Amino acid sequence: MSPATQPQHDPWDDDLVRKFLSATVLWAVVGLLVGVIIALQLAWWPANLGLPYTTFGRLRPLHTNAVIFAFAGNTVFTGIYYSMPRLLKTPMWSRLLGRFHFWGWQSIIVAAALTLPFGMTQSKEYAELIWPIDLAIVVVWVAFAVNFFGTIFTRKVSHLYVAIWFYMSFVLTIAVLHIVNSLALPATLTRSYPVFSGMTDALVQWWYGHNAVAFFLTTPFLGLMYYFLPKSSGRPVYSYRLSIIHFWSLVFLYIWAGPHHLLYSGLPDWAQTLGMVFSIMLIAPSWGGMINGLYTLRGAWDQVRTDPILKFQVVAISFYGMSTFEGPMMSIRSVNALAHFTNWVVGHVHAGALGWNGMMAFGMIYWLVPRLWTTIAKPAWVELHFWLASLGMLLYIIAMWAGGLTEGLMSRALTPEGLLLYPNFVDIVARMNPFFWTRVIGGTMYLVGAILMAINLVLTIRASKHAPAVSAAAQA
Amino acid sequence: MATQNDWHRNNLENKGALFAVLSVAAIAVGSWVELVPMMTVDYAPEQIAGIEPYTPLEVAGRDIYVREGCYVCHSQWVRPFRSETLRYGDWSRAGEYVYDRPFQLGSRRIGPDLMRVGGKYNDAWHVQHLMDPRSTSKGSIMPPYAWLMDATWSDADVEASIDALSTLGHPYTLSVREDPAKAAHAQADALSARLAESGLDVPADREIIALVAYLQRLGKDGTAAIAHSKGNDEVAP
Repeated sequence: MSPATQPQHDPWDDDLVRKFLSATVLWAVVGLLVGVIIALQLAWWPANLGLPYTTFGRLRPLHTNAVIFAFAGNTVFTGIYYSMPRLLKTPMWSRLLGRFHFWGWQSIIVAAALTLPFGMTQSKEYAELIWPIDLAIVVVWVAFAVNFFGTIFTRKVSHLYVAIWFYMSFVLTIAVLHIVNSLALPATLTRSYPVFSGMTDALVQWWYGHNAVAFFLTTPFLGLMYYFLPKSSGRPVYSYRLSIIHFWSLVFLYIWAGPHHLLYSGLPDWAQTLGMVFSIMLIAPSWGGMINGLYTLRGAWDQVRTDPILKFQVVAISFYGMSTFEGPMMSIRSVNALAHFTNWVVGHVHAGALGWNGMMAFGMIYWLVPRLWTTIAKPAWVELHFWLASLGMLLYIIAMWAGGLTEGLMSRALTPEGLLLYPNFVDIVARMNPFFWTRVIGGTMYLVGAILMAINLVLTIRASKHAPAVSAAAQA
Repeated sequence: MATQNDWHRNNLENKGALFAVLSVAAIAVGSWVELVPMMTVDYAPEQIAGIEPYTPLEVAGRDIYVREGCYVCHSQWVRPFRSETLRYGDWSRAGEYVYDRPFQLGSRRIGPDLMRVGGKYNDAWHVQHLMDPRSTSKGSIMPPYAWLMDATWSDADVEASIDALSTLGHPYTLSVREDPAKAAHAQADALSARLAESGLDVPADREIIALVAYLQRLGKDGTAAIAHSKGNDEVAP
């Protein structure tokens, strides 16, 4: 679509960005709420409610899908549809495909919410959705990719900014991962069996699973960092050369890391070792991204004291650094032997999800809202959200760390005679209870912060209907 | 150094298609090296003699296990550590999983591992445990699964499953392939009769029958095959 056919008052199609941003906020609340519910179920089992649709086993996949694909996914799409036209000085290639992408993606999320509680699942983590939904994902993703590359090929500036490299890797790699991991033979409309079996199926799944972390929750969020951090701080990216080095090494190394999910399994040793070694090497490109982010703020640290948007971003990048140090450590065989199967892993994942993805998303949202609607209705709530989220996730992560270590040590503890010190599994379960309750408290604080954000957005949108419209030219 | 930056800028950053191709090439290397050997016969996990596919009833039970998300809290993966083999039995071999579609190794132990739970308890224990986990395991945080006592498994589902799994290469005998439901009913009737002997009245067509049949099968073939080969395949660490 040529710029001439774009509505004059909205040259960059911010209408689509507003849609994606609103969906992001909605799904953030839903995904976090389900998270708090399943956290409560582990602390207090009657919260399973005695219904098939509300047991932990069925709701946990709903939580992970909602936060990854609904909350984080819509966050990324918001950022991409806002930054791409501005970076490439052209509207997105097709307004129609953009809308198809939006409604298609939200329909897939609703389909997930309508199938997972009914036990319709393929059981592969973060790839649970049944085969008809998997096909729908392919269709929507292709529409997104066509629009994405259509925009790149019709761009008005020849140079592709670093954020676009990360977006591109996201668009292409997720397509490859999703297709290979979803290869299955349908048995009925809602059930299928994967074409790979046993250890091969496990390897393919964790190649997918770890790279969902890499290419859905890391590379596109680094793209967001490279666009929105210089915008919010008014500083150029610290090192252009570092961005080249860490981009290529990150995408090359990450794809090998999957087998660290299968250490000490029946997977051949060579594959386990490759997974471990590449995971450790990943510290370098990951910290390259963190350093490039934090150093971008050199000379701007005084702004961090007063600007809640920069606070969100600084905490996000710090948590990115911490979890990309912790992850490689946990991939070392002897550390993994203790950590695997325990709450430590859950704590690690949430350091990344709540700390990196969540805080990055919130920072971007609060930066965008005044530019898409009008001045934020309750500025004080933004600061409050920041502190609720920060303290909440700290409680969460510390509880899971302590709980995970306790669990791992109790599971392996032997008497001097070489017998199990805690032969009854329920003794270990009982010791987890205080940690589970602490997590409920921390998670609830994080959720309350997100609810404040949602109310703030609604109030702001209402106010914008009475305020003069933001000039599109001014924000371009 | 400036020339290096210029090279990237002048040769890649202005060429969208080339950039896209190279970013796919970057992920193709690791994917190829790690995945393809496992997918080809020569490097496939060693086959273990004595590992048989799940029966039609056990497949129905396994589908229920997947549906309820049992794998979310229970692993099927005993690691080669003394603490694990003491608690759960022999460590898991790759060959034991060849008929697992989808695999059920799990990633989190909120409850204990189930790799070798088959035969560890009797059928009645499993029924009681699923109906009221705290009646058999004081302090358990597992929710009760009462609906498994009312819901029924269907012939059509069993037939569809065995059809698909046969197509994928699971070696079922001709009689099972031709009438999977018949084989399922025979096994379910026997299980129901055993439960009746323990004083539990559970009709054979209930989902809990299929699930217990699956749970009682877990690890059975592997444990027997490993015991048979002990001596040249001693337990590690």
